[in-house]
Amino acid sequence: MQLHQSAFIALFAVSTLSFLFSCYQRVQLVAVGAAENRFDNPGARLLGVFTYAFAQKRVLARPYGLNHFLLFWAFMLLLVANGEFLLEGLIPGASLEKVLPATAYKILLLAFDVVSLLALCSVLLAFTRRLFFPPEYLCNDYTKPASGEALLILAMIATLMIAFFLLNAAHIAMGQPDAWRPVSTAVASLLTGLPAPTLATTAQVSWWLHEIVLLLFMNFLPRSKHMHILTAIPNCYFRALDKPNTQPRETFAKWERYGVSSVTQYSWKDLLDSLTCTECGRCQDLCPAHNTGKPLNPRKIVHDIKVNLLKNGSTLKDGKQTQLIGEAGEGMISEEAIWSCTTCGACTSVCPVLIEQMPKIIKLRRHLVQEKAQFPEEMLNLFENMEQRSNPWGLAPSERTKWSSQLGDRSFRPGETEYLFFVGCVGAFDSRNKHVTVALATIMDAAGVSWGLLGKDEQCCGDSVRRLGNEYVFDKMAEKNVALFREKQITKIVTQCPHCFSTLKNDYKQYGLEIEVMHHSQLIAELVTSGRLKIPKQAGREKVIFHDSCYLGRHNDTYKAPRSVLIAATGKAPAEFGRNHENGFCCGAGGGRMWLEEQSGARINLERVKEAMQQQPDTLCVSCPYCMTMMEDGLKDLGLADKCRVKDVAEVVAEALQ
Amino acid sequence: MLVISCIKQVPDTTQVKIDPVTNTLIRDGIPFIINPYDAHALEESLRLKDRYGMRSVAISMGPPNTVATLRKAYAIGVDEAILLSDRCFGGADTLATSRVLSAAIERLNKVEMVGIVFCGKQTIDGDTAQVGPGIASRLGFSQLTLVDRIESIDLQRKTIKVRRKLEGRHEIVEAPLPVMITVVRELNRPRYPTVPMRVDSEEKEIKVWDNTVLKLDVESVGLKGSPTWVSKIFSPERDQGEIIGDGISDPVGTANLLIDKLLSKDLLAV
Repeated sequence: MQLHQSAFIALFAVSTLSFLFSCYQRVQLVAVGAAENRFDNPGARLLGVFTYAFAQKRVLARPYGLNHFLLFWAFMLLLVANGEFLLEGLIPGASLEKVLPATAYKILLLAFDVVSLLALCSVLLAFTRRLFFPPEYLCNDYTKPASGEALLILAMIATLMIAFFLLNAAHIAMGQPDAWRPVSTAVASLLTGLPAPTLATTAQVSWWLHEIVLLLFMNFLPRSKHMHILTAIPNCYFRALDKPNTQPRETFAKWERYGVSSVTQYSWKDLLDSLTCTECGRCQDLCPAHNTGKPLNPRKIVHDIKVNLLKNGSTLKDGKQTQLIGEAGEGMISEEAIWSCTTCGACTSVCPVLIEQMPKIIKLRRHLVQEKAQFPEEMLNLFENMEQRSNPWGLAPSERTKWSSQLGDRSFRPGETEYLFFVGCVGAFDSRNKHVTVALATIMDAAGVSWGLLGKDEQCCGDSVRRLGNEYVFDKMAEKNVALFREKQITKIVTQCPHCFSTLKNDYKQYGLEIEVMHHSQLIAELVTSGRLKIPKQAGREKVIFHDSCYLGRHNDTYKAPRSVLIAATGKAPAEFGRNHENGFCCGAGGGRMWLEEQSGARINLERVKEAMQQQPDTLCVSCPYCMTMMEDGLKDLGLADKCRVKDVAEVVAEALQ
Repeated sequence: MLVISCIKQVPDTTQVKIDPVTNTLIRDGIPFIINPYDAHALEESLRLKDRYGMRSVAISMGPPNTVATLRKAYAIGVDEAILLSDRCFGGADTLATSRVLSAAIERLNKVEMVGIVFCGKQTIDGDTAQVGPGIASRLGFSQLTLVDRIESIDLQRKTIKVRRKLEGRHEIVEAPLPVMITVVRELNRPRYPTVPMRVDSEEKEIKVWDNTVLKLDVESVGLKGSPTWVSKIFSPERDQGEIIGDGISDPVGTANLLIDKLLSKDLLAV
């Protein structure tokens, strides 16, 4: 055995052991998390791995993602090249050439050559972007685009590629048949004329450089944000198959703990998430709280969990708990940040590696509410009103029927009525939103839909309390509602609020309720398509802009229905916000924020209204009672209430019917 | 030292209707809540428990379903909850009620000294504000009504200093313990129960003291012991409301209409 080979074997052994040890340490850290079953339905999970990890669906949603896509596939292919490289270090002369047909091997060499050039180009592009034109979302308090870590990784990749070309070029210059290696051959032409010993040294130095950087790179991975190279694929596999907004139920019994105050109370998947974050900043870029100067940044939440986990690793492995909620600082999450979330889901729907940021915040809320009874004081009234009178204002349940007093008896009759019209608290009590309720009733009557009401027996769906972390109260509300629906033999529900819609449709599945739940825009769209609802042709002079509700859009993928309804009612497609569909921007009222004061930063609703007014619409169309309130308040605050009216989809349709 | 809160379970008055035939409250299907003022009395007893280590006991006179409200008292941290319930206590006015509550407090006092008794300033169903003072008179305790702040408690000298909230002024008063204090809402913000405490409260024992325990003269309690009774109960006639204008499409015009209307009815002065 040559000295050269022995030295390499020793180096390889040490670095492989060190790499495996680092990985083992990380696995141990993830294992301190609570149990959670993410092993079901392997078919769907594998499909997810294909879509999100290999096809990079979400990475490619932004133009620059193409660069990552290239680098990813270059890496996948070069994994073979590097495997061969390492093998050749261990067993001199070992080569794929010996097992592959000659042409196949040549094609492979060609691929390695071209892909290495592409990888080098993408790294250079990444360098330039980080150094000279970094997007705002790459920056925050803890991470900078041109951080040493990021640049070191890029430099390592660039070095690997350069060493690869130099090695091949030196061999070609020394007379090795050039095979199909156009890039290496081009480099070799620069080396021709150099004396043979220099070429030999170049080859040897390049070989060692390549091997050493490769082993360093491997060892650096588990200790840096580039851990995602190892964890992203498993993270995609273990993703939430349900919409992440549907939080798991809790059991209420002696000795149970509620929510999360220490990282060990997070599930292992939450902890894996934290190690998978690459700090790409896309969640931060879309977060309405972050964009209006609140102390919440979903990327920081994930980062803080990771820092806390790494810092307290050894204590945690001994079964001890450490605090995660406290004064803001790296590794701690402040209460103000926790209460700033509108649960709009922008973070979870944009994350390329399917990290579930928002559910982590809800878990922290669950702890604060249920174990500490510690929350902004406005919430006390909300919780008591919900528990006592099942509506956010604590109004008498008999008031629920006031809007329908002119309509005669419209009670739901089991066995006779087709749809339960679940009006929802805002639709029943709020004077502005009652107009939407009436509009929907008019539309359903015009189309001859059989519908009925629960009247004063209707209860709140519990959306706000669940998003605010009061699972105990939500649990009781959900149980009551499901029992009531069963007693009344309800099989179809139409709601005029996306929050009721999503809660009844998705959250109540956990309570065994699997019935047809429709948002009114879906029902109206269906009535139009089937011809049951005839809307007279409209001239379409009014300019209507449509604002996506998070709970209809992002949480339930319903983007088309309200738009098709608007086309039917106004004769043309509505104008779109700059941020629309999956990238829509919350009105600021989701996640229970409707009932909380907005203490810091700019107002989310004003930001959204300003965005709408850039297009000077006559009507700002919404599909949610909370959005209605927020947009109307926003227009009033900006003194623009006479310039633009806020209308619900149902109101636009009802007007067209007149 | 014991700190006692007297709490009452009342029908949620926003949901109560009156039966036009019998002139009684229709209680069927109406949820019961803790009398809102009593929630502040309960909270203050818990604050004294936290601060001075006093033992906090909640007592309530009422029908057996009152255990629901006493369980909530356990859920926010009282050490003991006692229900005073007996058929013969039913139909009581404020005098008869204060006799039963006083008897219970005396009984507790025999085992451990009662320092402070907290009551809400009044209940939202009876609105008399007499039970608290009634207890103070029966027991010979100092009587501090309408308290909105506890200034200080001197356990050595056994005195308490409180602030009373009166019409347009405050009054700082000092009294020797034991005292009976009625509280107003400004005194504190009642705490919210944590889930572990709620779960624990399910297992807590609620003692029931009936008249075999209190041994009061049956002629002095309940309906028989009540010198006052309700002869009639009714909702006052109210003018039917009307809808004027359309606030959505013409807010300014509607506001003008509303102001005219209020002016014409002398409800608004220029």
